[in-house]
Amino acid sequence: MSARENMLGRIRGALGRTGGGPPPLAPPVMLKVQTAALELKIASFRTALEKLSAKTYVADSCPDAALLVREIVDGKLAIATDSPVLHECGILYPAVNVSKAEVGITGADYGLADTGSIVVMASSDPRLVSLLPPVHIAILKLERLLSGFDELLSLLPRPAEQTASMVLITGPSRTGDIEQILVRGVHGPGEVHVILLA
Amino acid sequence: MPMTSTGMKLTMSDADLQLAVYTGTGRLMDKRRGSITAELLPDYQELRSQAHALKKHAIENLDWYLEEFERNVEAHGGKVIWCETGADVAEFVLDLAKDRGLHLIVKSKSMTTEEIDFNEHVESRGLEAIETDLGEYILQLADQKPYHIVAPALHMTRYDVADVFTEKLGIEREVVPEKQTMIARRVLREKFFAADIGITGANFLVADSGAVVLVENEGNARLSSTTPKIHIAIAGIEKIIPRAQDLAVFLKLLGRSATGQALTSYTSFLSGPRRDGEQDGPHEFYVVLLDNGRTKLLERPERRESLYCIRCGACLNHCPVYRRIGGHNYPWVYSGPIGAIITPQFHGTQSNPWLPFASSLCGACGEVCPVKIDIPRLLLELRADVASSKWMSAEKLVFRLWAALMSNPVLYRSATGIGSMTSPGENQWMDGKSSMSKAMASVGPIRAWMGERDLPAPAPKSFRQRWRERSKAQP
Repeated sequence: MSARENMLGRIRGALGRTGGGPPPLAPPVMLKVQTAALELKIASFRTALEKLSAKTYVADSCPDAALLVREIVDGKLAIATDSPVLHECGILYPAVNVSKAEVGITGADYGLADTGSIVVMASSDPRLVSLLPPVHIAILKLERLLSGFDELLSLLPRPAEQTASMVLITGPSRTGDIEQILVRGVHGPGEVHVILLA
Repeated sequence: MPMTSTGMKLTMSDADLQLAVYTGTGRLMDKRRGSITAELLPDYQELRSQAHALKKHAIENLDWYLEEFERNVEAHGGKVIWCETGADVAEFVLDLAKDRGLHLIVKSKSMTTEEIDFNEHVESRGLEAIETDLGEYILQLADQKPYHIVAPALHMTRYDVADVFTEKLGIEREVVPEKQTMIARRVLREKFFAADIGITGANFLVADSGAVVLVENEGNARLSSTTPKIHIAIAGIEKIIPRAQDLAVFLKLLGRSATGQALTSYTSFLSGPRRDGEQDGPHEFYVVLLDNGRTKLLERPERRESLYCIRCGACLNHCPVYRRIGGHNYPWVYSGPIGAIITPQFHGTQSNPWLPFASSLCGACGEVCPVKIDIPRLLLELRADVASSKWMSAEKLVFRLWAALMSNPVLYRSATGIGSMTSPGENQWMDGKSSMSKAMASVGPIRAWMGERDLPAPAPKSFRQRWRERSKAQP
């Protein structure tokens, strides 16, 4: 018998589920989707992220966003994904090796107001651009700012249908492994900027 | 790292270590408390109940959800590997590496791989496995096991880290944590680019999505699951949850209970290898489902909840015993109260019969557990197991003698008489030990027990004596 059959056999034996039929319905999870005003969501998002030492900005238009990006990049070697929102705003950088880039620019599929998280999917933004460069800039459209993780799950009950990799990014990379002293930028970006685009 | 009284004594007499563990766990306690206030998380208790109910449901129907998980992993082009033992896991990875001619493995923090001594297994057969979580990396260089489920290097100071880095990396002594961290970043960056295989654990396996969920702060789990061509997630079968939506419950509890974070820096939801149109990510995706004794824990319904644990480490931080004896005096990688209930169930109560007794039964562990595992009850049940086994016959004999003593007035009188005869004079506390303690501490096996403890001084007169005198004085 294979390991699979052995393990399933032992589980069914121990649980008394010899038939292995479908289980009763799983206990319901009540997703809490708050319908807060956009201003409140923006305020909450910015407060949560800035507490984590990330920087947030509100851009009224695409040119505004592009200008903000230029200011943050400040002549450093940058790489941008071909995320639709970056295209829309004309944020283009010549192709470079992502491991050499000093700034990574991505879009964000969603934002979570309560925790200050951005949701980045590999289908629209390659994973390494938000991970390898020491600085990460993300542009999030305000219409994609959700109240929180519960709302994301109510919109996307099965994220695996969208992409092989969905990441919630909540502030900079950090560690406290040495004496619990907070150090940012241990493996991922130590500096995170999120531009909210109206 | 078996428990020895020497090991415990060393830990308890090491002032630096005691301070490191006490402050480390204390900070984690404060952070947790600050993150679950009524204002910030009003439905905290409700979430705990839901998490318990969801875990219970998943475990009671484990076979079903594992098969559903497997179907969904395969639907996205991944593969599920069923392993009965740790050796099977190593065998799978070794075969895969040999087949593809691969050599270098980068790993993100995983208690499951610690549990099965994965690194030792594969390194003895010629592969190189590099830990990339900062704490784990330091420990790997220092050749130590994790001290804590969440904060593996909790017991080390920056000076310890400086010693390890100087010795193992051959660099100039550096004692500033920020700079030490950047040294590790540089060394490990190169490993990430060179690695052929990335190994991670899994915080959750989502049955309806065939997804592995990874919760972390550093970004090394993201790197380990992205830069190498092959990603292998190694997880115990109990990590399964039915639906992605259940994460709404678990993610609100895990980060807060562990480090006081509403969400950690990165929460990755990974389902299969990179898809068409995706520019990076692994080409091959495997999930190893590990038994290694877990199915044994299913046999007794009243103990199944031991498998609900989501490894937040809160019970360690709140345990007065863990905070004194630290993580390395527990016999297995799982320390603290959760270790005290799962180790005997995995390895038998006989291997470390003292373990379920390593608790004051204060109940803090059960109170802070985000999935409401009744750890105190399980400790008591395991104590009963130990007590009903042969090993305890000597102790049982002592208690029988005690019972006989207590129920026989003549014997009791003479015994308490001895107590007050040896009762100390006024200077007894000068050397910190009562003469009773000293007298007892000279007796063979009691000596070890008395080394870290003291008996309260018996009253100058026993209750019985006083009662007699009182009766005489007031006829």
